[in-house]
Amino acid sequence: MQPEMTADQRAGSWVDGDRAIVYQRCGVCENIWYFHRAFCPNCGDGDPGTFTASGNGCVYATSMVHRAPSDALRRHAPYLIVMVDADEGFRLMAHGDPSLAIGDRVRARFIEFGGKIIPRFGKPDG
Amino acid sequence: MSWISGVGLTPFGKHAGRSALDLMSEAASAALEDAGLERNDIDGLICGYATTMPHLMLSTVFAEHFGLRPRYAHAIQLGGATGFAMAMAAHLVAESRAARHILVVAGENRLTGQSRDNAIQTLAQVGHPDYEVPLGATIPAYYGLVASRYMHEHGVSERDLAQLAVLMRAHAQTHPGAQFRSPIDVDAVLASRPIASPLKLLDCCPVSDGGAAFVISRESVSGHGVRIRGAAQAHKHQHVSAAPSLTEFGAGMSCADALHSANVRLEDIDYAAIYDSFTITLTILLEEIGLAPRGQAGALAAAGHFSSSGKLPLNTHGGLLSYGHCGVGGAMAHLVEAHLQLTRRGGDRQAGAPSMALLHGDGGVLSSHVSMVLEAV
Repeated sequence: MQPEMTADQRAGSWVDGDRAIVYQRCGVCENIWYFHRAFCPNCGDGDPGTFTASGNGCVYATSMVHRAPSDALRRHAPYLIVMVDADEGFRLMAHGDPSLAIGDRVRARFIEFGGKIIPRFGKPDG
Repeated sequence: MSWISGVGLTPFGKHAGRSALDLMSEAASAALEDAGLERNDIDGLICGYATTMPHLMLSTVFAEHFGLRPRYAHAIQLGGATGFAMAMAAHLVAESRAARHILVVAGENRLTGQSRDNAIQTLAQVGHPDYEVPLGATIPAYYGLVASRYMHEHGVSERDLAQLAVLMRAHAQTHPGAQFRSPIDVDAVLASRPIASPLKLLDCCPVSDGGAAFVISRESVSGHGVRIRGAAQAHKHQHVSAAPSLTEFGAGMSCADALHSANVRLEDIDYAAIYDSFTITLTILLEEIGLAPRGQAGALAAAGHFSSSGKLPLNTHGGLLSYGHCGVGGAMAHLVEAHLQLTRRGGDRQAGAPSMALLHGDGGVLSSHVSMVLEAV
């Protein structure tokens, strides 16, 4: 199934407090990436497209964090950090439901964590 | 070509009440003494950084404090790769004739100079400030992610990882300066407190106070007879989210280039000094460099391959995992130990008579790679 792709130059990302995962694609060299920039890091083109991702993907790596880095996050531990290969062709780090394993198909939802909105992946039917 | 004229290393562990400058000074004094040089012989200075003493100009702060007036000085920041990057820079400076004797020095009261949370949060900043750090990720979590994928692809078990922690502890037992010297076995590693799965406490290096230094010279002056034969680097990403691969990080490329620049084959290497911030770090580096087949580093360690009496002695001082990790000085201890082994000054832990050492360090999350070939002449 081909993920739906909507061009939206004002797509809001979870890093800015919105409930969405946003990525970029270069119209010239077709490079796809995750960390927001005003240019393509592959060819240098100055007009990359910004898109909202479907939130669907596949678990690439997992780590259950038992030792949180601060008092504020201690009450959340343990929590699962995952890397997910998004269907659109980029990789991102997020939280995941504790039972997730490498290879699982997942879908993103959004939770509050440490005062911020962050993506948390779970099985699509979960 | 350049020569390592002398080395200095403090014990690692707790040095309560001592500052970064104190620890740097102690290591620098030891390196000068080992090289048979005086302060006024030193005309080049390369420092690292100390998280407990952030400063824009650490090298000249240290020069003034210690009493040096170098013609060439700067600091380098490259995370865990800093120590070998400093050595490589000093090698290039010596070859360029910009300086004759370059002091390379680092030290930090990383354990007693700050709270445990502070240390963890500072280190976590190698993660992306917007896309990774807000998730509550830590350095062990970044390496835990890497470990989960690597173990999945190459059939490595937690028991395999544990073998490397056991090996480093066995080596540390023979070094009076090591932070952790009580023996451990695989079951103890597996039973240790979970930190960031699959990594447990004993899969992780400790936080330490300590210092290390060496003098790199244009000519051989001290009779120690160790020269830097080649060096190279590779930098393929910063953040683990942006790593193009979690099985090919750049260590193989960096080592191949260093061996090529030294005109040496991997088969000629008879001592290895490899960065071991976590058991997974050491596993991946050994296997990507080609010092162990994929998935076999733990089994080789268990079979004695990397022991002092084995075919390829590895980190005979105990590595970061057991000698300790004081920041920049952590990997420098690997170089100091390689120097002692190449000059047959290893004492009780002397590993035969090695003549060609391969050093490899990484910074960030297997992000920055520096490799060096040292030769006993």
